[in-house]
Amino acid sequence: MKNWQKHLGLLLPVLIIVGIAVGVKLTGKPATREAFFTVLKAIALASSLNMILGYTGYVSFAHIIFFGLGGYVGFYLVSAQGWSLWLAMLAGGAAAGVLAFLLGKAILHLRGAYFALATIGVNAAMQAFVTNFEPFGGPIGMNLNFQVYQQYGGAAQALETAFYVLAGIALISVIVSYLIRTSKFGLGLLAIREDEDAAEVMGVVAPNAKTWAYVISAILPGIIGPLFFFKNGNIEPHDAFPLQSSIELIVMVMLGGYGTVLGPILGATAYQRMRGYLLTSPIFKDIQLSVAGVLLLLIVLFVPAGVVGWLRNRFPILRRVLQ
Amino acid sequence: MEFLSFLVDGLLMGFVYGVAAIGMSLIWGVMKVINLSHNVLIVYSMFGVYLLFNTLEMNPYLAILLMAIVGLLMGILIYTVALHRVIDAPQLSTLLATFSVSMIMTGVATALWTNSPRNVDFSLGSISLGPITLPGTRVVAALVAVLAAAGLFLFLYRTRPGRYIRAVANNRMAAEMVGVPSNQILALSFGLGAMVAAISGGLIATFFPFNVLSGMNYQLKSFVVCVLGGLGNPFGALVGGLILGALEGVIPIFIETSWVPVFEFGLFVVIIIFRPSGLLGAKQ
Repeated sequence: MKNWQKHLGLLLPVLIIVGIAVGVKLTGKPATREAFFTVLKAIALASSLNMILGYTGYVSFAHIIFFGLGGYVGFYLVSAQGWSLWLAMLAGGAAAGVLAFLLGKAILHLRGAYFALATIGVNAAMQAFVTNFEPFGGPIGMNLNFQVYQQYGGAAQALETAFYVLAGIALISVIVSYLIRTSKFGLGLLAIREDEDAAEVMGVVAPNAKTWAYVISAILPGIIGPLFFFKNGNIEPHDAFPLQSSIELIVMVMLGGYGTVLGPILGATAYQRMRGYLLTSPIFKDIQLSVAGVLLLLIVLFVPAGVVGWLRNRFPILRRVLQ
Repeated sequence: MEFLSFLVDGLLMGFVYGVAAIGMSLIWGVMKVINLSHNVLIVYSMFGVYLLFNTLEMNPYLAILLMAIVGLLMGILIYTVALHRVIDAPQLSTLLATFSVSMIMTGVATALWTNSPRNVDFSLGSISLGPITLPGTRVVAALVAVLAAAGLFLFLYRTRPGRYIRAVANNRMAAEMVGVPSNQILALSFGLGAMVAAISGGLIATFFPFNVLSGMNYQLKSFVVCVLGGLGNPFGALVGGLILGALEGVIPIFIETSWVPVFEFGLFVVIIIFRPSGLLGAKQ
């Protein structure tokens, strides 16, 4: 690490995630742990969405399908085939990656709003298909036999393990996100975002670059899916493919600053904490969706670069730390 | 015979889908914005008709007329507040701006009316055409839909503001140069798109139960219809609506109803991949 100063940008992201894990370990309260489980999940998912949305500039309204499909595949392997959770998570990631590859080949040639529309269609088709797919339990979904948790030291222990595994995955996501951002591959993606035709002229092989960015961004949600639904104990089409969550992820990325490594992390943390607060507050609990909507509208209209982007523009000296 | 009655039923529904989609297609054609607040415009109109019918005992079709005007005003308001500032920004901004409107209005609607299902308890008896028997509300809805579409086309092709709208859709910069007030025209176009969405919402409310979240489903159908007919081609949207309605009517004869969305959205994705300009082709 002779050139450690070059990698200052990785410092804050790693510190935040390690901080969350250590903080939860120190307090030791299951309730805190559960609250931060959703935060870490949001960080990992938002960071992965950022690779296609922020770096490459393609608006996907269907990012959650990778989480849902991975979750379904992994859950099916654990509950019906008796696989271990760890293998099932890898299988979920692989399934999501394959889907992203095929989808990428099919729809990534569409630009702008056409791509966004196609992803909305894919999300709806996927949810409708799984609802009708009997091996996955159709509309009722699947349940996990409680015995399964015995292998992982009982239900309580399994919940705790799941949290630290998720922290590990979140850490991997932000490191991957950072590595892409600082690599030549990432530079190519950013060029595609700014002007795809110009990028191609300059030698970026746009179709390949986009597809691989899409595949990488899909694998992480695919791995998290089985873990999340294993912890839940059941899976239903409605929980696995909520269009709403795809949108919430976009809000998180926009809030923190799209196209930055730190942005999705801050955005996800802030959004999840705010949502938790709104849901429990007596005044806002009925209109928490509206509050989130107002927040999104204000960002889109007045701070399109998000918090991190705004700070980077305002204080250029911070750019080294705020990647 | 069963086939025929399912088909006619589907086609009647298709006119209503078509009108909803015309709104979306018009907005896309004029300003290249996918209106993700389409769903709330439909839902607010449904609830408007429901409330006017239940509390004031107003005739539902009069209520739809009122809600159309409300829809027009809502559209102009949405454009002015949420869209005008980002109309020249990348599409990410306009998508998210209209979506945030949808979130805000859905949140308010949920707080006001909860999630429970409603229906407008209104009947016009049924109409028999030879072997086919159809609910009167469906037939009237199809007629109103056709009238609304015809009215919109007359407006676009026979009036001065309509001509301005077509000019802006064709080339905004050139239209501005010859003195078309493009800001007002953009707001008006968005309002008109919202108005026809509101009309279709009101029509659907006269025969289907609905709740605060129903709009999403019809918004998705509008996407399918728009892509079938070619985005930005309002006439195509009407034809696309008929195709979708016919499919919805006929598919359940051969396979369980729950598979219908799989076919619909599958078809949608296939068309957008292979013919993004739509089956009928977009105008430009």
